[in-house]
Amino acid sequence: MAQTRMTPPVTGETLRVNPIACTGHGVCAELLPELITLDEWGYPVIDPRPVPVALERDTRRAVAACPALALKLMRS
Amino acid sequence: MSTSAFWYASRATGIVTLLLLTAVLVLGILVNRQGRLPGLPRFAVTDIHRNLSLLAVTFIAIHVLTAVLDTYVHIPLLSAVIPFASGYERLWLGLGAISLDLMLAMIVTSLVRGRLNRVLWRAIHLLAYASWPIAFAHSIGSSKDLQQGWLLYMAIGCALIVAAAVIWRLAHAARQVPRAARVAAVFAQHTASAARSSRRTVTR
Amino acid sequence: MTAALNESAPGGAARQAAGLPRLLPPAPEDLRAHLARYGPVPYRGRPGALIDDLEVSGLTGRGGAAFPVYRKLAVVARARGGRKVVVANGSESEPASRKDELLLRVAPNLVLDGLQLAAEATGATEAHLYLHHGPTQEILRALAERSARGLDRLEITITQAPPRFLAGQETALVNRLGGGPALPTFQPPRVSERGLGGAPTLVQNVETLAHLALIARYGPRWFRAAGTDAEPGSMLMTVYQPDGKCRVVEAEIGAPLRSLLSSGADTRAWLIGGYHGTWLPLPQAASLTLDNASVRQHGAALGAGVLAALPADRCGLTEAARVTGYLAAESAGQCGPCLNGLPRIAAGLAELAGPGHRRQTRADVERWAGLVTGRGACNHPDGTVRFVRSALTVFAPEISLHARGQCSAINHGAANRKPFLPLPDGIPTSEDDWT
Repeated sequence: MAQTRMTPPVTGETLRVNPIACTGHGVCAELLPELITLDEWGYPVIDPRPVPVALERDTRRAVAACPALALKLMRS
Repeated sequence: MSTSAFWYASRATGIVTLLLLTAVLVLGILVNRQGRLPGLPRFAVTDIHRNLSLLAVTFIAIHVLTAVLDTYVHIPLLSAVIPFASGYERLWLGLGAISLDLMLAMIVTSLVRGRLNRVLWRAIHLLAYASWPIAFAHSIGSSKDLQQGWLLYMAIGCALIVAAAVIWRLAHAARQVPRAARVAAVFAQHTASAARSSRRTVTR
Repeated sequence: MTAALNESAPGGAARQAAGLPRLLPPAPEDLRAHLARYGPVPYRGRPGALIDDLEVSGLTGRGGAAFPVYRKLAVVARARGGRKVVVANGSESEPASRKDELLLRVAPNLVLDGLQLAAEATGATEAHLYLHHGPTQEILRALAERSARGLDRLEITITQAPPRFLAGQETALVNRLGGGPALPTFQPPRVSERGLGGAPTLVQNVETLAHLALIARYGPRWFRAAGTDAEPGSMLMTVYQPDGKCRVVEAEIGAPLRSLLSSGADTRAWLIGGYHGTWLPLPQAASLTLDNASVRQHGAALGAGVLAALPADRCGLTEAARVTGYLAAESAGQCGPCLNGLPRIAAGLAELAGPGHRRQTRADVERWAGLVTGRGACNHPDGTVRFVRSALTVFAPEISLHARGQCSAINHGAANRKPFLPLPDGIPTSEDDWT
């Protein structure tokens, strides 16, 4: 029986970091490990795809928690 | 409620507020320095800093209200935010009002910091370095409590902790590599660590 | 071309008019000669009028990004609010590029015409000229002559760009014009939406403005008579032949690269697009043409028109390592990935170009290259990585040779050798170096 693969629903927004403002606190990667990992220098590598609906609340929390105000949710 | 109960409550909440604000300032510096609280994740430092600041505001509210409600001396409610508007202890309560005004600016901007210009938010947040010493002066001057005995030692202890944290912060600022020299610093650091690592040459 | 031409001329004359050179007169021209050759500045009398012609013409930016010119003008033109700014970008921050310098010397009036026409089309209230060497004699004379004739609608403010690789980047340019250092800022917003002093700001390369000045006179069909359908027109190229000589040439887009660059035995590799460009091996690259659609097949782009044929007796790995060191030193140092990655990549490349390297280095460089791509506020890390990756591909055999203490280039290691690819002296060390 054929199975359809459902992609999880996404919001119309993408998470981006202002690399000039970012000083590598790393709080974001703790709060949103599904979308953010830290590179070998402590700076965030962010999944460039639109934010899944299921992660929207955690994403907003990570954006609010950044001590440098470096994270932004932008319309994709 | 008997008036002296209000008065005691005001003094007690004042003391707790001083302790909370000391912790908030130190935690704020810790956040800036990307420091950790042992055993806790990084977001704990930012969260506790924020939560304690809101707790401090709550205690300040009680501190002010109980002082106003107490009828032994007349302290108008507005003197909590309008400096030097109180007949009683005009100077010391005035300092408290100034400190509270600065805190309110910091709290309000922090509540909407996602919508605020990043540089503006930070500039206002730096008012903390003015707000704490003014609050400290208010604490020492506005009642005899902290001028003797254990509470005096406690107050001195808070001042020493804040001084140490501020010195730590300033020392880091002094050591910071200026932007135009950063690339050279990374080069130097990388070259040094490369020299230390084992040198196995590709020779085939 | 001796007489002014118009759109309604019969096909034969238009075809002749499509001939080159279009931008470079045989000798530097003063205002009188300029007006005699091209006719008066064709102001349209209202904002927005030129933009449709620019759209039909297909003119793209000649500063490196090849962005459709009409789109930038349209964004600025339709922005509301009183203040709008136009900037002619003559900073030519690419060390190997000399075309803007030449254009400003021999045909400054074309550039200045273009600036005024772009100002009219966008409704600009302020005009700037951003220059590498500051105002030259030719520019000052041109401005004086134009002022005497009342040709210019807007007065032009001239600002000198610091000699930094990033000085010509749009946001860095805006910061410099605003009195600060030439450091990039994070986008959005784009400068065409919010730029100098928060006003919508049009930034165009000086060569782009020269083409614009001609399109305004002869029309989009004339412009499209040269070049390809997808990429019409001509462009100025800075060409380095294996003999070491540097020439600025105006070429028709779509011309065979072989006609511009030597592909014979005196060279084994080409650099297309400058120091954020791509190394290509010969003979595979010899069949490419001067258009992005063609060079894109090899992952290359024309950029600001720098072409170099590496002499056969030179070591590409050594040249690439030198340039990468320069690019790393020119990082603004504002973004963690670029600040940390580029110096390490440069050090790794220097190690690979040296007499023996650690086993880990090749993989490290590739890892760092992946880590910096797309993670800066500007495209400096991306451009640098493109340059580095193409060098590692094209000069891969060289890496193994160097590891054994050898090199395929003749005379490699000769002590008094001047490097082939030009680089400025000195690296930025203080804030003053950015203003």
